[in-house]
Amino acid sequence: MTYHFDFGWLIDSLPVLLKGIRITVQLILIGAVFGVALGIACAWVRALGPKWLKPVVATYVELIRNTPFLIQLFFIFFGLPSLGITMSELTAANLAMVVNLGAYSCEIIRAGIQATPRGQFEAGASLAMTPFQAFWYVVLVPALQRIWPALSSQIVIVMLGSAVVSQIAAEDLTFAANFIQSRNFRAFETYIVSTLIYLALAILLRQLLAGLGWMLFPRKASR
Amino acid sequence: MTEFSFWDILRNLLLAARWTVVLSLVSFIGGGIVGAALLFLRIGGRHWLRLLSRGYIQLFQGTPLLMQLFLAFFGLGLFGVDVPAWLAACVALVLWTAAFLAEIWRGCVESIAKGQWEASASLGMGYLQQMRYVILPQALKVAVPPTVGFSVQVVKGTALTSIIGFVELSKAGSIVTNATFQPFTVYGLVALIYFALCWPLSKSSQLLERKLNVAHRNH
Repeated sequence: MTYHFDFGWLIDSLPVLLKGIRITVQLILIGAVFGVALGIACAWVRALGPKWLKPVVATYVELIRNTPFLIQLFFIFFGLPSLGITMSELTAANLAMVVNLGAYSCEIIRAGIQATPRGQFEAGASLAMTPFQAFWYVVLVPALQRIWPALSSQIVIVMLGSAVVSQIAAEDLTFAANFIQSRNFRAFETYIVSTLIYLALAILLRQLLAGLGWMLFPRKASR
Repeated sequence: MTEFSFWDILRNLLLAARWTVVLSLVSFIGGGIVGAALLFLRIGGRHWLRLLSRGYIQLFQGTPLLMQLFLAFFGLGLFGVDVPAWLAACVALVLWTAAFLAEIWRGCVESIAKGQWEASASLGMGYLQQMRYVILPQALKVAVPPTVGFSVQVVKGTALTSIIGFVELSKAGSIVTNATFQPFTVYGLVALIYFALCWPLSKSSQLLERKLNVAHRNH
């Protein structure tokens, strides 16, 4: 093999890479916050919500979990304009990530809620909590604590999946890598560098979520 | 200019869906074999082999599948061979599937009580014998639902191979869209075909889990 690796392009391309990293981070931050919020709302509907809404949410969850993210993205970005709904690439990418994570986190949070004994909910009601208060303090928070590791991995998976948004020209890290390799013709080196950046981002995000879990759910001393 | 009827679109998509199925099968079977080898290294094996397979698993679980596809596509090309898209797609998907399956199966093996290892060791069994006669038969039962569940991820993962130019269901969707200018219908249909492939797998994974859990509770 007479191939010589060349990373000389790295310095010139740094601003492009940094911008890509910024967009990817921005996408996952917005996606995670709104996706988990949507997941909580859907989990509430499936646990306690109005009866007519339950099949709607169940269909949404099954549809999203059984189709590729790429197709969801294409449907939102290319398909929805036929209905008169147009949006920028970044908005479409964000929307797709929120919709995707919403379905997965709904399923994860629901599993956590199901593990909560029914009696706790009734105990909450007997303390004169409103149904919402009982759901929030008695059911949801312990459920979130229980499923926090699973939810964290799902958020990391969605972050890695976001590489695909480059396909609708949202200028994330993969888009930056594609752009750079089309200039320097060093495809392999470029993708190695961006893969390592993704790896670092994934490790960082995992640590961050673990720290957040520590802050949100401090271990009770009495146990 | 040719007009495309609804049936023309559907027929073309279904023809392309065959390649999604083939690619999924290849990745799943290939990934299963490589994953099993990784599993053996991950739980038995020498210390450095264990570290190596752990590093492999973390590397593949911590990077986007799309990047792995790009690296397979351009990396294999470094050896001076002309890499067809299907080969890069198969290589990347097999390696990616292997990492996830090995990790899933490791969890299943570790769920087997430690006493089983000790009991079989006290009978003078070697590592491979312990695995073959004691651990794997029990772990297999636990492993079936999550493995079937992961096959859904494999089918969805094949969609990414369209990006390096392999013509399967997603790529066919893009091609047909470019010919018909009906993205809503075409991508809607593509999504439904994926759903038809994946949903039975998800459902059977759930059913299996419930069934095996019942068996577990009776112990």
